[in-house]
Amino acid sequence: MIDTAPAVRLAGAHVRIGGREILGDVSLTIEPGEFVAVLGPNGAGKSTLMRAILGLVPLAGGTVDVLGTAPQRARGSVGYLPQRQSFDRQTRVRGVDLVQLGLDGARWGVPLALTANARRRRTVERERVRQVIELVGASAYATRALGELSGGEQQRLLIAAALVRRPRLLILDEPLDSLDLPNQAAVAGLVRRISSAENVAVLLVAHDVNPLLGYLDRVVYLAAGRALAGEVEDVITAPELSALYGTQIEVLRTSDGRLVVVGQPEAPHHHGHRHDH
Amino acid sequence: MSANPSLSLNPIADLRQLFAFPFMVNALEAGTIVAVLASVVGWYVVLRRQTFASHTLSVMAFPGATGAALAGLPISLGYYLACTLAALALGPTSRGSRRRYGSETATIGTVQTVGLAAGFLFLSLNQAVLGGPDSLLFGTFLGITRSQVLILLAVAVASLGALTALARPLLFASVDREVARASGVPVALVDAGFLLILALAIAATSQLTGALLVFALLVTPPACAQLVTMRPLAGLALSVGFALAIVWLGLGIAYFTIYPIGFYITTLAFGLYLLLRVSRAVRERRR
Repeated sequence: MIDTAPAVRLAGAHVRIGGREILGDVSLTIEPGEFVAVLGPNGAGKSTLMRAILGLVPLAGGTVDVLGTAPQRARGSVGYLPQRQSFDRQTRVRGVDLVQLGLDGARWGVPLALTANARRRRTVERERVRQVIELVGASAYATRALGELSGGEQQRLLIAAALVRRPRLLILDEPLDSLDLPNQAAVAGLVRRISSAENVAVLLVAHDVNPLLGYLDRVVYLAAGRALAGEVEDVITAPELSALYGTQIEVLRTSDGRLVVVGQPEAPHHHGHRHDH
Repeated sequence: MSANPSLSLNPIADLRQLFAFPFMVNALEAGTIVAVLASVVGWYVVLRRQTFASHTLSVMAFPGATGAALAGLPISLGYYLACTLAALALGPTSRGSRRRYGSETATIGTVQTVGLAAGFLFLSLNQAVLGGPDSLLFGTFLGITRSQVLILLAVAVASLGALTALARPLLFASVDREVARASGVPVALVDAGFLLILALAIAATSQLTGALLVFALLVTPPACAQLVTMRPLAGLALSVGFALAIVWLGLGIAYFTIYPIGFYITTLAFGLYLLLRVSRAVRERRR
């Protein structure tokens, strides 16, 4: 992995799931430290694109490089927050333990810290866990049960868990989903801060670009299995989106600067994009 | 067994009496091994909410035991074989689904019933050797042999060793499967490995508590521990402590009375759970 390598580079990427083409010919490059939103209607393949970048689904064609290497080999440097519903009320696990697992959960055996070296390492790790919990502003409730926390609080701890190993690429799949508007704005601001403070490239999948306006470096717009990348002003325009969808699209800007995309066809329900939860 | 136990008011004499007979020493040793194994494995069962899968495995212990007796094999071999085979059969159903056992309940329920019925058939075909179904279903501490204890010890050491190796990835996969997978945890392998460990723990526990009362040691002590603490290590230690207390007390009481061990172990476990539940509810109301 070379430091100057792009965080993500896809060239002509195709993904097929169950014989159905989810992504067709996607090419894009994400630079180190960039904060990029991945937008598009339901079923456009946003989650599939993330899973391809994580090496969880194979490409049917083209190439994907993550941090200058194959996705599987880059895993140690990629933090991931999957699309999800919240932990349910009965989850009797503390936030701090979740973050700790983000750090060492993939290691076999149990930590005994018998040698001075191991003890020093443990101290460093505990300090890192504390630091990352503070960074996301979750110190006040990190020792409470995850199930007792609000959606926004859980989201912050999940982001901390994804961030604790100092990844160079952070993939957040719909982290704003199921949050109320103030929390959406707070998490968007938090991710911007993290991206700058830890110099980590962020791919954030979102339904709606509006909570993210003002924080983003660029957007990737997915529709009908194809992608368009660039600055918000250049991508979310009537001519660009019309060309992407192949149908007439209008982009309206409200007086407070919010963007409304009109006429975008929602993908048919059987598209194979998971939305069952 | 010519013991004619009676409870005196001298606790030291009573304790000495408990250890006076080899069968009782075997029972205490077996109980201790089983308590540690079941309560540690069970801590993960409660966290992962795999009680239904555990129930299935424990029900399969019954046809395993009766089938082995019918085939002329050692009964304890029947326990281990049946539970392991059931775990291997259950494994694929748990894979790939995010909600784990949710959608397969109908299949599992169907298989469970057949297993129970088959066990009953084997028993009827072989009434002479096995006596009634009571001790196989509801447990006994009589007649645990030296070799059975040694096998229990070997199984417990192997299972706990494997669980120690899996400890953190399993915890990670139990808390958040998707994130664990993305972090490089081989979740399918970890799930399957745990199911096998669970099968061994259940086969071992069944030999003391009977197939139907396994949960008194597998689920109740860890559920109690998780009511008290959320810290993983403290929870595991507390779970073991609860299970040991329940087994030792249960064996002690069973020795001096004529009623079966399974009843005492289950009731003690239930009493502890009730106590902790109520005290927690009271504390929460005060807050």
